[in-house]
Amino acid sequence: MNIMQSIKSDPVIDVRGVHKSFNTVQAVRGVDFQIFRGQSVALLGPNGAGKTTLMEMIEGIQKPDAGDIFIMGRKWKGNERELHRIIGLSLQETRFIDRLTVAETLTLFASFYGLVRERVDEIIPIIGLSEKSRAYVVNLSGGQRQRLALGIALLNRPAVLLLDEPTTGLDPNARREIWAILRQLKNDDQTSLILTTHYMEEAEQLCDRIVIIDYGRILKQGTLSELLETDTSEKLIEFTIDAPAADPKDNAPAFDIRWNPGRTKGTITLARLETDLPEFLNFLNQNGLHLTHLECRRKTLDDLFTSMTGRRLNE
Amino acid sequence: MNKPFDFPQLFQLISSHFKEIIREPAVIFWGIVFPILMALGLGVAFTRQADIVRHVAVIDDPPAQLEQSTNKSPIQAILETNGQRMDPNGDAPPRYQITWTDEKLGTTIFIFEKTSWKNALVLLKRGNLSIIMADADGQIHYHFDPMNTDAHFSYLKLSKIFGGEITPRMEHPESVQPMTVPGTRYIDFLVPGLMSMGVMMSCMWGLSYGMIDKRSKKLLRRMVATPMRKSYFLISLMTVRIMMNLIESSLLFLFTWLAFDITIQGSIPGLLAVFLAGNISFGGIAIFISCRTANTEIGNGLVNAVVMPMMVLSGIFFSYHNFPDWSVPIIQKLPLTLLADGLRGIFIEGAAFSEVMLPTVILLAIGGFFFVAGMKFFRWH
Repeated sequence: MNIMQSIKSDPVIDVRGVHKSFNTVQAVRGVDFQIFRGQSVALLGPNGAGKTTLMEMIEGIQKPDAGDIFIMGRKWKGNERELHRIIGLSLQETRFIDRLTVAETLTLFASFYGLVRERVDEIIPIIGLSEKSRAYVVNLSGGQRQRLALGIALLNRPAVLLLDEPTTGLDPNARREIWAILRQLKNDDQTSLILTTHYMEEAEQLCDRIVIIDYGRILKQGTLSELLETDTSEKLIEFTIDAPAADPKDNAPAFDIRWNPGRTKGTITLARLETDLPEFLNFLNQNGLHLTHLECRRKTLDDLFTSMTGRRLNE
Repeated sequence: MNKPFDFPQLFQLISSHFKEIIREPAVIFWGIVFPILMALGLGVAFTRQADIVRHVAVIDDPPAQLEQSTNKSPIQAILETNGQRMDPNGDAPPRYQITWTDEKLGTTIFIFEKTSWKNALVLLKRGNLSIIMADADGQIHYHFDPMNTDAHFSYLKLSKIFGGEITPRMEHPESVQPMTVPGTRYIDFLVPGLMSMGVMMSCMWGLSYGMIDKRSKKLLRRMVATPMRKSYFLISLMTVRIMMNLIESSLLFLFTWLAFDITIQGSIPGLLAVFLAGNISFGGIAIFISCRTANTEIGNGLVNAVVMPMMVLSGIFFSYHNFPDWSVPIIQKLPLTLLADGLRGIFIEGAAFSEVMLPTVILLAIGGFFFVAGMKFFRWH
């Protein structure tokens, strides 16, 4: 059976019980997940969580110590050429040949897939590099280089697109430009996307499903609303007080406050803002705590990650 | 629908590597202009006859002795008779110049400087001079390092000038016939050596360092994550390198032909065969040494470890026969020596194709062996 004719309901990527160690470091410790046709999935986790190692195993660059990875029902061994034809990828950091132009670099990579020049001409406007098509790669900005890397990944109209931290190190504008290209791509439900990131906004904006990873294990996975337990009315209050709060034994809080180590900043989750907020203010007043700052916002993946690990995603 | 082979991989790879090289102005300078400048500099220095100037220390220690002596020292007597006194600077002791004119061998100018033993030794250690003369018991004494050929040269000429007894005497009248016909000059020896060195340097730095750099930039990893044929990648690198080496060597030959009348006296097909085999040999070695590392500093060390010994030993600038006899058979088996000797055989000895078959086959075998070994351990990621 042709690789593109696999059954629609079959997972495009099937990761089963995968482990990988480097010397004494266990980078990936028993990971299972599946991705179906047209799905966009984010592997979200802090630096060193094992995202890149997992991605490299999916890309066929690393071999798992244990477990299996199937792409369109095929393992990497013995199917390298076939799988390379259907995968597009962007590594965490790639530098192309400095003194080739954008168009020449795309043409070189197009030749590996046996593609015609028209495909290069199609890709250049998609990645927003029409004005730079004759510029040498060495003269591109970081964001433009990353867009070129993305363009190369899209050349072969991949069934599976693997992007390893596509916006790390880019300024907010450059990041948004990459997001715009990827959002456009989401409309095409033929491409399944996995991207690794430690930016929660990136995962939220671009992906249908999010897999949260830390220390080589999946902590939680699901859609954004599943992960944040769907209650959209639930709000998060971050506040600062003018002096360290006393020990909780002396004035047991009516709310589950997560204090910073100096006990001058805290965070609480309120289910019903109208009734709970006055009650919280009253609690502060009764305990002689004076507010210097208060901010109310919705719950984020970072909050979820912090509640599970005690650390923040960007640490 | 996509048409396969509309962009043939190999053509695109060759075109990209070629553009990568020629668009770097420094590559054009170091690859083409620099070898020509080196040939020009060395060719002029060793081919055109220039005055030879040598400094000699004459011991004047202590000066008072000489003045008190009733008999003038033999050195002083000859300096005053045959030499020309140079204007002393301030309080500095007098200096003399003797010019030895030879129409065929060129002019040698000796500059004699009176000084103390201590100062003479300092000047000798610094390389300002290679011979010291002194008077003792009415005799002239020459002090020099017997291992220093330049000192030997000075001694033989000085002993003639000062009428020393060790002057070589010929029983029959002698005649010097300078060898200036093409093929016998230093430039004829030098150019094939420079071409060989160019091939080695270009392959080792261009291929090895280029490959390590591409690995460290993760470009190799990105390229093999496509259906690119790995063999095409290496073939394209080698092809571009051979083309560049051919251009560089042709320009070097063209320049030296115009400037020094360099000729190729042997077989042209033989020349191409040795040249190609040399490229393949160093290409294989380059792939072998760059097969694992992604660290350009380690790459630097590896390339130097291969290049430096051959640069010193293989007789690029001067004959390796000056090295001890036991080492010569080993030196002759080094790839750079095989290439340089092969090219020299054709350039200046008029060697036929059959005469360079053996070095060609050995060079190809070396290249093949290292290429296969390199591919076995090659790390694309």
